[in-house]
Amino acid sequence: MDHFPTNWGRPRNDAVDAYNTYPLHSRPVHHDSFADGVQRTQQPIVTGTSVLAIRYKDGVMMAADTLASYGSLARFKDVTRLHAVGDYTILGAGGDMSDFQYLKSVLNDLIIDEFTQADGHALGPSEIFEVLSGIMYGRRSKFNPLWNSLLVGGFKDGKSFLAYVDLLGTTYKDNAIATGYGAYIALPLLREIMDAKGPENISEEEARSMLTESMKVLFYRDARSLNKFQIGKITATGVEISDAISVPTEWAFAEKIRGYGAQTQ
Amino acid sequence: MTSIGTGYDLSASTYSPDGRIFQVEYAGKAVENSGTAIGLRVKDGVVLAVEKLVHSKLLVPEANRRIQTIDRHIGMATAGLLADGRHLANRARDEAQNLRDTYRTPPTLKGVADRLGLYVQAYTLYSSVRPFGISSILGAVDKDGPVLYVIEPSGIFYGYHGAAVGKGRQLAKTELEKLKLSELTTREAVMEAARIIYLVHDDAKDKEFELEMSWIGDETQGRHLAVPDDLKKEAEQKAKDALEQFED
Repeated sequence: MDHFPTNWGRPRNDAVDAYNTYPLHSRPVHHDSFADGVQRTQQPIVTGTSVLAIRYKDGVMMAADTLASYGSLARFKDVTRLHAVGDYTILGAGGDMSDFQYLKSVLNDLIIDEFTQADGHALGPSEIFEVLSGIMYGRRSKFNPLWNSLLVGGFKDGKSFLAYVDLLGTTYKDNAIATGYGAYIALPLLREIMDAKGPENISEEEARSMLTESMKVLFYRDARSLNKFQIGKITATGVEISDAISVPTEWAFAEKIRGYGAQTQ
Repeated sequence: MTSIGTGYDLSASTYSPDGRIFQVEYAGKAVENSGTAIGLRVKDGVVLAVEKLVHSKLLVPEANRRIQTIDRHIGMATAGLLADGRHLANRARDEAQNLRDTYRTPPTLKGVADRLGLYVQAYTLYSSVRPFGISSILGAVDKDGPVLYVIEPSGIFYGYHGAAVGKGRQLAKTELEKLKLSELTTREAVMEAARIIYLVHDDAKDKEFELEMSWIGDETQGRHLAVPDDLKKEAEQKAKDALEQFED
């Protein structure tokens, strides 16, 4: 109900009074009935960058740095973007970190629901991926996506699993997957070895060095990345997510770069 | 019984002149007809055990479980009407999840027991419903360490070191009192729990029974899990040996 009598009986659209024909105090308050009905996510706010993952001999290995950016600001430097779901799965997330936290709690509830059944069955990576891709596609179909690119890696019943799902509900599986910037910078490096050897011929050490090298290259090239990352692996013995690791980098060349910024010569 | 024929026992919403609610007391009788359930709160965890009376040889072994999982770290054993136990466990799971989603932390057993107590109590207020025919033993290891609660059909709940409900509760309680519960390990408590269940079982009145046991503690990384088969077999063997010695 509009309680201002001067508004009564006037056209609903304020564009009708484009020339201020009646006094300011009594002018209709601008009100578009359709503008503020529903608000949806238009953009991510606090974001994580790439996640890399490969299948190898013993299972799946995944890497992500520990940075959560606020725009171009490196806002949080100790955020874990790899998350164990149940006993057989690792979820790695890029994109909006609050949406990722929400997904973690949804999956946690799911795992508990299954656990309380106490029927001897546990959710493996393929089931978790199915649920997750359903959630992501469902949300995008409501025009209200969860703004993430997610990798699901796992190992159960002797089989490894690696798949991707994003805010559009797009899914695919591969032996090597990278999200975000990593899809351009790191994935060619990973594929070079993966295509030559195949996952069954990549040892744990080799997998680790592939990811470490890729994370280093990403740190050089991706302005939203950090030289501090975690490696998670999932094998027959279960989930293991490492503490934060860093690799030495060389920046002396930066002195000699000319053509950007405020050099005087 | 003095209550019969007086008309004060026809609904849970009617008091008797001396202030009792007979329907709640009858619910207590339903519990007393059931196989015994016990809970032990010990140094590093909680053990639940149930004497599950098997009324037919045709039943699948381990069917109709009376110990249920409420949350990762919470277990519940019931004595009384099986279906009421199922319903209350479902409610408990909902409450636990609600507490988890509200406070973003694993729920304390006190919080869950409090809400379940209110729920059970609500079924003592109306003529259109009957009170729960179960006493439930809830066990958990939460941020306060090992905890054990019993919820009765009236909705009242207390915390215990050791608890027993059902047919053999009197004898089970005297056995529990003999133990130094706060000094036992969960592994020792499993042995004691099996012994007590075998001891209170009445061969003359009830024939077959299955022992059901679960535990929560350091040995299970704080999860509520069934006691592993080998340990359970060992406990059952020891219980049978102890029983033979006792009878000699």
